[in-house]
Amino acid sequence: MLDNQNTIRLIDDNGLRVDGRRLDELRPIKIEVGILDKADGSAYLEHGRNKILAAVYGPREAHPKHIALSDRAVVRCRYHMAPFSTDERKSPAPSRREHELSKVIRESLEPAIMSEYFPRSTIDIFIEVLQADAGTRCAGITAAALALADAGIPMRELVSACAAGKIDGKVVLDLSDVEDKKGDADLPVALMPKSNVVTLLQMDGSLTEEEFVQAMEISTGACRKIYEMQREALRQKYHIVKEQEKEEPSEVSA
Amino acid sequence: MSTTRQSSPVAKLEQKTITDLISKGKRVDDRGTLDYRPTTITLGIIEKANGSAQVYLGKTKVVAGVKIETGTPFEDTPNEGILTVNSEFVPIASPNFESGPPDENSIELARVVDRGIRESKAIDLKKLCIEAGKKVFMVFVDIYILDHDGNLIDAAATAALGALVSAKMHEFDVKNGEPRFKEKIMSLPMKNYPVSITSAKIGGAILLDPCLEEEQVMSCRLTVTTDKDNNICAMQKGGLGVLTPDEIKQIVSTSIAKAKDLRAKILPNVT
Amino acid sequence: MHAELKQLVTPGDLLAEGPYFAGENTYRDGSKIYSSRIGLADIIGNKLIVVPIKGAYIPRIDDIVIGRITDIGMSGWQVDISAPYPAMLPASETPMDRDAGRGDLALHYGVGDLTLAQVIAFDRTRDPLLTTKGRGLGKVTSGKVARIAPAKIPRVIGKKGSMITMLKKETNTDIVPGQNGVILAIGKNPDQERIAIEALYMIEREAHTNGLTDRVRAMIQEEMKGKVVG
Repeated sequence: MLDNQNTIRLIDDNGLRVDGRRLDELRPIKIEVGILDKADGSAYLEHGRNKILAAVYGPREAHPKHIALSDRAVVRCRYHMAPFSTDERKSPAPSRREHELSKVIRESLEPAIMSEYFPRSTIDIFIEVLQADAGTRCAGITAAALALADAGIPMRELVSACAAGKIDGKVVLDLSDVEDKKGDADLPVALMPKSNVVTLLQMDGSLTEEEFVQAMEISTGACRKIYEMQREALRQKYHIVKEQEKEEPSEVSA
Repeated sequence: MSTTRQSSPVAKLEQKTITDLISKGKRVDDRGTLDYRPTTITLGIIEKANGSAQVYLGKTKVVAGVKIETGTPFEDTPNEGILTVNSEFVPIASPNFESGPPDENSIELARVVDRGIRESKAIDLKKLCIEAGKKVFMVFVDIYILDHDGNLIDAAATAALGALVSAKMHEFDVKNGEPRFKEKIMSLPMKNYPVSITSAKIGGAILLDPCLEEEQVMSCRLTVTTDKDNNICAMQKGGLGVLTPDEIKQIVSTSIAKAKDLRAKILPNVT
Repeated sequence: MHAELKQLVTPGDLLAEGPYFAGENTYRDGSKIYSSRIGLADIIGNKLIVVPIKGAYIPRIDDIVIGRITDIGMSGWQVDISAPYPAMLPASETPMDRDAGRGDLALHYGVGDLTLAQVIAFDRTRDPLLTTKGRGLGKVTSGKVARIAPAKIPRVIGKKGSMITMLKKETNTDIVPGQNGVILAIGKNPDQERIAIEALYMIEREAHTNGLTDRVRAMIQEEMKGKVVG
C-alpha cells in the first residue's frame, strides 16, 4: 500500500493491515505437540509465517557436573535460528541477538517450572526457528511451554506469549515482519495466565504511557487466547488416554 | 582433533539381540536387508528460502534449505557460482547432540553431501555467473537434523537434493556488473541428481539404511553416492570396523542399483 | 471438587478447592489445589493426585530397576538406571567378597553389563544407591530387553497384576519389569522372548485404548502358533 508520497502505509483507509488483519487480530496459529521422537517433550508451532520447533530434555544428568545446583534443577535454554529462516541467509553461529533471546526466554519459562523437585539435574530447552516472520521469541515461548508439559515436567502452569506494537501511530496486536521493520514500537509479552503475572517484557521504539497501557492490554488478552489454544493442543494429543483409563484403570504406582 | 568416542550406550545383552537377529537375516523393524524405511519428502516447506525440503526416513527427520545470494567468485573459477553445504546437528534431534559449532560428525556429513552434489556437477554453476571474476551467485545448502533415528547422511542428501530441485530464483540479466532481476521465476539450473546410499556392516551381514539401534551396534558404514548415469561420484567409509575388497564391490553394486530405484521415487519427473 | 475423576488435566488446571490434601503431581496455592503435570486427576481418600502420562524416572527406595554398568570405580560400579542421576552399586552390596580389588570388580561386572537391582537409598542430596543382595537380583546374563516410558509400567503390570500374569502365561517367559521403564523377558526360547517384547511395546503404544489385555493376548496367541513351545 503506497500513499501519494510513495512510502508504505501499514494501515489502509478501512483500518486493515498489509495482510488484511484488523488492528487487534492475531495471525493464524497451528500447534502440534509431541512431534519429535527422541526429545523428551516437543511441540511444533506455526504463528503466521513463523515456524518454530521446541524440544525439551529433562530432568537429566547435569553435564558438566559442576553446573549442578544442590536445591533445584538447572534450566538451560537455547534460542537458535536456522540459516534459511530469514530473508537473507543467517550465519549458523549464534548471534548476540540469539544470546539475548535465549536469556529472556529462559527467564520467561523458569518461573513456571517447579525445578525444586529435581535438584542436581538439568532441564534443557531448545527452540529452533525454521522460518521467521517477527514474533519468534513469543512463538518460541509458547512452543517451549508445551514441550515442557509434553516432557512431563511439573509446572505451576503454562506460559504463553504474544507481542503488541505500534504502526502508523496506532497500537496493534501481533506484528508481522514488515510491520516490525517499518513500525514505531514492538512490545513482546509473556504471561502465566492463571496467576496473571508477566514473565517476559521487552520493548523497543517509542510509546506514550497511554499507548503502553493499551498495548499491554491487548497483548495479555492475546496471551490468554493463546493459552486456550495450548490447552486444546495438549488435549488433542492425549485425549484418548482419558477414554482408556475410564474402562480399564491401571494400578496407580505409589 | 578427533578422539575415540566413549563406549557404546547400548548394553551388551541388547547388542546381542540385534546381532543374533541379523545373523538369521532379520532386522529389528522386520525389514529386509536391502529395504529402506518408509520415506516421505515434502518440498517447499520453508517459503522464505529459495528452495527447501523436509525428509522423513522412518523416524529420522531432516530439513534442508537453499538460499541464493550474491558474492565474489573463487580465483580459480572466476565464472562459476559457489556452492556451500553446511549441516547443523541441533540438540532437538538427539539427547547426545550438544549446542555449539558443528562436531566432526556434522562436518563429515556436510562434506559428504557436498561431494555428491559437487562431483556430480548437479548444479550448473556456470549459469550462476553475473560478471566473471567479480560477482557470482552463491548457493547455500543448509541441512538441519530434526530427529535422529539413524542414517542421517542419506536423509540429509535426499533433503539437500529436494531443496535444490525445488529452488527458484528470478531470471536476471546483467547491467554494470550487477544482476537485474526480472519478474519471471526460474528453477535453479540443475544438470544432475546425486543419490546417496549407506550400508552398514553388522557381524558378517551388510544392511542398507541402518536405523539408530543398528548404527549403535554396526562395525562400520559405507556411503556410495551415484549420479543419474550410474557413475560413482562420492564414497565415504565411517567407523572403526573393516571391509574386505569383495564386500566393498558388493556394496558398490548394490548401491548403484538401489540409487536408481530411489532416484525414480524422489524425482519421478527428472530421473 | 472442580475436575472430574479420571479427567485429563494439564499444568495449572484447578482440581479442587477446600479440605483436600495436595498429593502427587498437584500443588496447593491458598485454598486451591492445581495440577502440575499432564495426566489423569484422581482422588484417594481426600488426597488429590494426578497420574502422569509421561515423565522422567525418579528413583524411590525399594524400587526394582534394571541398569547398565557404565564405569568401574574403586569399590563398586556406576550404573545408568535411566534416571537424571547416575546410580552406584557398591561391591559391599553384592554377594561378591568385599575384599575384592578393582581387577576382581571388572570380572564381576564389566562396562555394558546389565544388573537387576534394588534402590536402597536416594534423597535430594545424593545419587541413588543400589543393592543386588535380594532374591533374584544380580547380573542379567540372558533374555531380551524392552525400554518403555516409566509412566506406562503400571499398565504393564495391570490391575492386580492381571496384564503381567497374562503375558507370562501366554509367552511362557518370565517378565521382570523395572520401575525405571526397563523390562526383562527371560525364557527358554528366543522366539517366545521376542513375542513377549513385542507385546510390551504394543502395551506402551496402545496404553490408551480399551480391551487392551484381550488384544495383546490375541496377538501373542497368533504369534505363538507354529513356534516351538519351550
